[in-house]
Amino acid sequence: MSGIVSLVFAPGFFSSAPVRSAVVAGGVVAVVSAVVGVFTVMRGQSFAGHALSDMGTTGGSGAFLVGVSPLWGFVTVSVAAVAAMELIGIRRPRGRDVSTGIVFGAALGLAALFLYWDTTVRNASGAAMTILFGSLFTVSASTVPVVVVLASLSLALVLALFRPLLLSSVSPELAAARRVPVRLVGIAYLLAMAVAVSLSAYTIGAILSTALLVGPAAAAMRLTKSPWATLLLATLLGVAATLVGIVLAYDSYDWPPAGHGWPVSFFVVTLVFTFYLLAGVPQLRRARGDRLPAGRGAVEESTIRGAGKRVES
Amino acid sequence: MRGYREATVEGSAAALPAAVLAVDRVSVRIRGRAVLDDVSFTIHEGELTGLIGSNGAGKTTLYRVILGLTRPYAGSVSVEGSGLSRTNPLVGYVPQKIGLDADLPLRARDLVGLGLDGHRFGFALPSKARRELVERALEGVDAGRFADARVGTLSGGEQQRVMIAYALVSRPRLLLLDEPLANLDLRSEQEVVELLSRVAREQRVAVLISAHEMNPLLPVMDRVVYLAGGRAASGTTAEVVRPEVLSHLYGHHVDVLHVHGRIIVVAGPSLGSAEAMRAEKADAAADEDG
Repeated sequence: MSGIVSLVFAPGFFSSAPVRSAVVAGGVVAVVSAVVGVFTVMRGQSFAGHALSDMGTTGGSGAFLVGVSPLWGFVTVSVAAVAAMELIGIRRPRGRDVSTGIVFGAALGLAALFLYWDTTVRNASGAAMTILFGSLFTVSASTVPVVVVLASLSLALVLALFRPLLLSSVSPELAAARRVPVRLVGIAYLLAMAVAVSLSAYTIGAILSTALLVGPAAAAMRLTKSPWATLLLATLLGVAATLVGIVLAYDSYDWPPAGHGWPVSFFVVTLVFTFYLLAGVPQLRRARGDRLPAGRGAVEESTIRGAGKRVES
Repeated sequence: MRGYREATVEGSAAALPAAVLAVDRVSVRIRGRAVLDDVSFTIHEGELTGLIGSNGAGKTTLYRVILGLTRPYAGSVSVEGSGLSRTNPLVGYVPQKIGLDADLPLRARDLVGLGLDGHRFGFALPSKARRELVERALEGVDAGRFADARVGTLSGGEQQRVMIAYALVSRPRLLLLDEPLANLDLRSEQEVVELLSRVAREQRVAVLISAHEMNPLLPVMDRVVYLAGGRAASGTTAEVVRPEVLSHLYGHHVDVLHVHGRIIVVAGPSLGSAEAMRAEKADAAADEDG
């Protein structure tokens, strides 16, 4: 029994301080990302999520340059980015696309400069790796309370907005007719998303943060029918991917090629992707015609697809 | 069915039920253009009123005014005798088809739950009272059997039922429906019309249904508000859908033809103005749609 335990959890796992910080910070960030992410997917805003984390990169790399925790850089810049996107006209779909694209292109240009200075001026050769791909194991014990507080704020905001946010995500028109301040709710939600994305950018990297935001939510949506069930399952999947990722990364110190350990972010993101693929299996089976109760949508879809194929062939 | 309608019309002439919605001399201008021009009518408890007009006649604008989303340039709207308050639980609203994705994790019962308290901040803790209200609303529209299906996977008629339950669950006095029959097949259309008629009579709600085509509503409609060119005429079908009244609204001569219990409004022979041509086309299109 203890043999199996030590095979899964390599010696020293439970007494390691970096592991403890990683588990707490990673777990908390996974919860917030999953909850915020469910609405991101429902509202079709995953591009905005990605843009926010890319813009946060500028802040993260800038903070690194002046010797502040990148977390503060991520949060400051992505929250400011929400305001900027709102000002430039995020409300018109086309304006949104173009303005987001232009703003985040410029931001990434700055990030390139900052990362260059990080490595040349400050001699921090790992800066680019840390900012872009993150590492849960470099989360310092002193930052963990900050992560927990920010995560709680973001989570509290989403829960406070829950019903009007859900209603306006389902249909802005229905929400407006009930006098929900649709635009204000949308901005408040973007702020919660900016904080969530900053946290995941800090822990698993700016480039990978969208995976943790959108992945568990998208997988959960494939398997559940109600908003609460989706939230719970997304949270479970996100936390599971993060914790299992940490264990595997810790184990990987003994793995080839170098004995340095593989990046945690790799494991987390790969697990999220695996969950997403596995969550699609029941849908695939339904589409093949195994009738399930309440699977009428899928059945109709398969009939249409089948008909399409016949016409083509 | 027809006999029933006529009986109701006679009854309503004798003693009008209480007015629920009063629209009083409402005018709306959008970018200088008069979209609604001096529109007045009242609708009553337990009655089903059709808001008839071709596309662009101002039906949706009128709904926005009643909901308090568009400020009228002149005139006023009152529901149950009082002006529109900031949150108006007295009005239930079913917009034109809201496109819901099939993968949206939202069951019919979740949507109806949002109808109860979706505008309130925070989240709703599950309670027996809440569940029963939702259940009753769903059963009231015969939607019990697909209560647990994702709304996005339901057919047009089923979705329309769920939307009606959503609008009714907060027990409004006035129910507004924007083109609820558009894109429905004949059978669903008939079912929805019968359902709405039942809702009006059993729950004593004032129901206002907009449509570009009045024929599906004829068997159940107590009164009609006919919109054309931003102006409105209201009363019973017999009072309003007459050549004199409609010609006045359209600003040119129109004929009203009765064919096998259906009513067809066509531009009269004295065509000439471009406006008349447009109106004729709009009506022809409306008739084809129906």
